[in-house]
Amino acid sequence: MRRLMEGSEAIADAALAAGCRFFAGYPMTPFTELLESFAAKLPALGGACLNAESEIEAIGMAWGAAATGARAATGSTGQGLALMQESLSELTRAELPLVVFNMARGQGDYFQATRGGGHGDYRLIVLAPIDVGEAVTLTQEAFHLADHWRNPVLVMGDYLLAHTQEAVAAHAYDFAPPPEKPWAADGTGGGRKSPRHVSSLGTTPGSKGIDPESFWRRIQAKHEAIATAEPRFEAESVEDAELLVVAFGSLARFARHAVRELRTEGLRVGYFRPITLWPFPSEALARAAAKVRRVAVLEQNAGQMIDDVRLAVLGAAPVVAIGGISTDSSGFGIGALLDPEGVRARIQGAAQ
Amino acid sequence: MSERAATRTGEFLPRLQLSPDHDLCPGCGEPLVLRLILELIEELGLAERAIGVVGIGCYTALAPLIDLDLIQALHGRAPSLATGAKRMRPEALLFTLQGDGDMVNEGLQEVIHTAARGESVTCILLNNGVFGETGGHMTATTVLGQRTKNTLEGRSAAQHGHPIRLCEMIAPLGGAHYVARGSVHDAANVSRTRRMLRRAFEAQLSGSGFSLVEVLTMCPTGWFVPTAKGPGYLDEVLGSVHRVGELKRDGTLIAR
Amino acid sequence: MSAVVSRGTVVIAAERCKGCELCVPACPPRVLLMSDTRNAIGARVPELLPGCTGCGACLLVCPDFCFEVYRYDVEALACAD
Repeated sequence: MRRLMEGSEAIADAALAAGCRFFAGYPMTPFTELLESFAAKLPALGGACLNAESEIEAIGMAWGAAATGARAATGSTGQGLALMQESLSELTRAELPLVVFNMARGQGDYFQATRGGGHGDYRLIVLAPIDVGEAVTLTQEAFHLADHWRNPVLVMGDYLLAHTQEAVAAHAYDFAPPPEKPWAADGTGGGRKSPRHVSSLGTTPGSKGIDPESFWRRIQAKHEAIATAEPRFEAESVEDAELLVVAFGSLARFARHAVRELRTEGLRVGYFRPITLWPFPSEALARAAAKVRRVAVLEQNAGQMIDDVRLAVLGAAPVVAIGGISTDSSGFGIGALLDPEGVRARIQGAAQ
Repeated sequence: MSERAATRTGEFLPRLQLSPDHDLCPGCGEPLVLRLILELIEELGLAERAIGVVGIGCYTALAPLIDLDLIQALHGRAPSLATGAKRMRPEALLFTLQGDGDMVNEGLQEVIHTAARGESVTCILLNNGVFGETGGHMTATTVLGQRTKNTLEGRSAAQHGHPIRLCEMIAPLGGAHYVARGSVHDAANVSRTRRMLRRAFEAQLSGSGFSLVEVLTMCPTGWFVPTAKGPGYLDEVLGSVHRVGELKRDGTLIAR
Repeated sequence: MSAVVSRGTVVIAAERCKGCELCVPACPPRVLLMSDTRNAIGARVPELLPGCTGCGACLLVCPDFCFEVYRYDVEALACAD
């Protein structure tokens, strides 16, 4: 059964269907409705949704919940995510599964998500849905990936995704059930000389001191394994393309539409969309760009993903930016760039 | 002396402690509180129903010695982690273990809101009036006149402001059910602190809301005093400002 | 020669004592004294004199878990020089 749902509500429903039973957040546009959706629905499922005193406590509460083995999530928009960076770094090193939603104001948080604003070496898996339908799938996937790899997963949304209504089926998908979590500090492990200590410090129960180096290297190896296993992308009409358009998230929907239209008019243009912003699908992009004349990056920021595109293309073709900073008078990211005719014109311009 | 039949009345280690081996300073008061917590959890039969959330400070090094499920938090953030954990595991005893730098400096917002919301967790504050692990600088609880790394002439109100007395700040909050301050400078006060911790845990177990036990602990290193002078310094310098006693019981403030 | 009643005794794990001396004033009958014996880390360690009551105060105040406390089933008399 399909229902017309606003993105925020559809994402919350998807998370609940995946077994999420804890959410915490702090109201901030355009994330607020996601918090409201969880607040409305979690209590009836025996879960908990808390308005935290700041975003730092929101991720802290979700951290505590996840550490007990529950499926937990938090989120915010870019500024709130900025406050969460220390925790994200520590969570990754504590090998905790946590899903974090960024309902961003435009696309200016790409660096924050993929480079990470926290300290030390760490990686978040970053998923960037193109529309509400894919957001529902990727939200459920996010919980699965987080548990499978014991790593935080960030779902990169935006105002458009949060507030667009689409017809979606928000039923539980056929994903593997949550794994057993013998590592979880659920309170039952005491008194038998083998307690569960969920820690990012590299401690061993019963032993004095810490061993951060070997601990951090083991996590680095895990991230390398994720980088091999998890890149995802969507591509269309790249085989004989002379121009390759690269875009992510909601804006990619405009790019995809324009590319399809221009193809029917005979333009040899291809489309490539990273679905995982980390691990970035570099090998697939390098293959797609191997024979093109130019790569055009359409993103709603001063140029962030373009760095990863340039690294992937590695000089095989010139890479140009055809997007830019574009937002509304409140800074929420509904800028003039989000216009099918305008996007088409930019792509056509890059084809010349 | 010939051998006599005897009954052991006190063991080296609580049953829930994995090892006595730690590198905290001679004369440190923090391990004394660890013993109390672990003995109480054993007595209450909660070893398999307890989660500790540990902050960042000297006491962090005690975490690997604890035979309980634990979550390591960032500096100041233990109360929010404890909140999330308790909401998912309401049957477990949740306690935090934090120093004054952790709870009253970095994490003051967290303990206030956790108390106001009445979360059923027990926050335990190890207060020695200094940032021990980083070498002995002033915290929010450092008392006027106290010498620390950055108040070498003694803390002055004009230059460094006034100390925060945490229990007095938390007790008036509606969600706070039991608030008490103990000390470990002598055996009698260690025993008194043990009773406070027990009452705090019982408050949580009865579902009555938030509990806080602050414990004044010796830090002769941070105080620039010989270890033998630590207890006296604690009692006279810290204890005269952060006064020992129960501030709130059964949700009712106690006149002091 | 006077007889001192010892109602209890302690076992001291001197190897991990750090010489902080907190046990000395904590002992109500004052039967713990710092000796001149030093352990492997160089700390002076306490020794027990006759008169222990087995109260356990030393155990409560020792940061290094050095004390094990016993109460005698029958009072033991010891001669003090």
